[in-house]
Amino acid sequence: MISLAGRDILHSWSKFVFTGIGLGLLIGVTLSMAGVYRGMVDDAKALLDNSGADLWVVQKDTLGPYAESSSLRDDIYRDLLGLPGVARAANVTYLSMQVRQGGSDKGADVRAMVVGVVPGQPGEPGYLVAGRQITHDHYEAVADVKTGFALGEVIRIRRHDYTVVGLTRRMVSSGGDPMVFVSLKDGQEAQFLKDNEAILSDRARTAANPSLNRPGVPGLLDAIQASQASNHNVNAVLVRVATGDDPETVAREIRRWKHLQAYTRAQMEEILVSKLIQTSAKQIAMFLVILAIVSAAIVAFIIYTMTLGKIREIAVLKLIGTRDRSIAGMILQQALGLGFIGFAVGKIAATLWVPIFPKYVLLTPEDSLRGFVAVMLICAIASTLAIHAAIKVDPATAIGG
Amino acid sequence: MAEANLTDDGIHIEGLRKRYGAGDTAVDALKDVNMRVAPGEVIGLVGPSGSGKTTLLKCLGAVIEPSAGRMTLGGEVIYDGAWKTKDLRALRRDRIGFVFQAPYLIPFLDVTDNVALLPMLSGCPNAEARQRALELLGALDVAHRAGAQPSQLSGGEQQRVSIARALANQPPVILADEPTAPLDSERALAVMRILNQMASQYRTAIIVVTHDEKIIPTFKRIYHIRDGKTYEEAGEGRAIDG
Repeated sequence: MISLAGRDILHSWSKFVFTGIGLGLLIGVTLSMAGVYRGMVDDAKALLDNSGADLWVVQKDTLGPYAESSSLRDDIYRDLLGLPGVARAANVTYLSMQVRQGGSDKGADVRAMVVGVVPGQPGEPGYLVAGRQITHDHYEAVADVKTGFALGEVIRIRRHDYTVVGLTRRMVSSGGDPMVFVSLKDGQEAQFLKDNEAILSDRARTAANPSLNRPGVPGLLDAIQASQASNHNVNAVLVRVATGDDPETVAREIRRWKHLQAYTRAQMEEILVSKLIQTSAKQIAMFLVILAIVSAAIVAFIIYTMTLGKIREIAVLKLIGTRDRSIAGMILQQALGLGFIGFAVGKIAATLWVPIFPKYVLLTPEDSLRGFVAVMLICAIASTLAIHAAIKVDPATAIGG
Repeated sequence: MAEANLTDDGIHIEGLRKRYGAGDTAVDALKDVNMRVAPGEVIGLVGPSGSGKTTLLKCLGAVIEPSAGRMTLGGEVIYDGAWKTKDLRALRRDRIGFVFQAPYLIPFLDVTDNVALLPMLSGCPNAEARQRALELLGALDVAHRAGAQPSQLSGGEQQRVSIARALANQPPVILADEPTAPLDSERALAVMRILNQMASQYRTAIIVVTHDEKIIPTFKRIYHIRDGKTYEEAGEGRAIDG
């Protein structure tokens, strides 16, 4: 038996192809939206992977350091190192800010997460694509390639200039901002250091306070002012658990004895994926639902219009003995054919335009497969309207008019 | 043309009635239709607009159900107060050929497949159906356009292909609804010549519904239909040249 749908598609291929391209661009947007969500989840996982930690120790009663702010004294890591099961522990600071390119106030600025790390400890970038790791205590930086910074380039963080000595890849915050790694001291300074006017003002205010500037206590005022001008806080301590030890057991010990919050990898992933990007995920899900409805409406409209254009032929086909199921099959196959063309165009379009998105967009084969099944399902459902119209066609209309 | 053989083969209609609606609004489109068309015979069915020609054709074509009467097609009683078969679609496919005013060829099938579609729908293998289509196209002198799309054919060629389609399943009956209406005299007579040849060659009973004054003299017998009733009259049976 002849494939009526196939012949019709071949006969009016340009109509199908151009309609398929239009539908495909819509499907491409849908796939990209799914990719944006996957990218956000992957960014969150990359953040955890790249930190090289088994446990995140943060301020008690917070979901820090990524989902909430957290502040710890920077000597706590020594206490943690003394606990059984803790192999390594390192301070780390995180601060999202604008990093200025070119080392001047006039350069372009880049949104980045500045990470203060201890060289050689958990938290530093796991691998480099160019240059070297940080070796000096000050004014060196390793940047993710997405910042656009070049090796040897001078960048400005707060009021200090840093030289980019290394480049890394896929080191991003949970929000997708590329990371710039500096030494822990620089990170603390960037996060907590006050500007000169504020320091002068604080000094004057402290000196004017009689309880802090007692005549009979030499050195008190200097000690207080030094304390105010320096910073000994970090956002988290990254802990590597000794081989063979259970991270959850170690985390429980930290929570019990150190009055801190400690999260395992699974708990941190839950915080990032289920809490931090939950609203964004719902937003994207809404878009996906709307796009699916719009796609279904478009396919239904196109197939219905195409069917109405063939009412006389359908009446003749029915009059000469074509079964309803053959005619329904023809319309269904055309809808699926349109969906197939649309999906192919959408997949190609999404693959082509995804790399130019500013944030990471991840197109997974699983999502493509789900998308393909969804498109076919939507097309099949959308064709029912046209099938209903075709089934209702009276073969008598072919005779006499 | 073969001599008319008025047996129960061909078309035999007795007391056919068709009523639309019910009660005060009921309309009797066919009141008492009686017709006989022998195998190999081509008869004309003429009448003014609204006389019931199209309703009769639809009843004969098994697309609307008569209200009463008896119809026999190709020796098989298809209606006797009720349809005698449940599968009217198969009845139309296998026992009735249709030729329309406009050819109504399927635009996305080539000429061969337009003709071969019917045998294929009846379960005939594709190759065999195409072979039969090519033979018919040859008999109708359009074999050279076998691979063309309908839109590439002239009006006369399209009508010849639609006649080939009507003959594809070798039905005992062909119903032709004003098949010459859009054609000029020469082409209209050519179509009538073909219908007569095919009727003779395939022993097919053909009813041609027409208003066309050009072709009415070619019929040997004509049925007039007025106010839902048929009246038989002898035609001129003028020979068609060519």
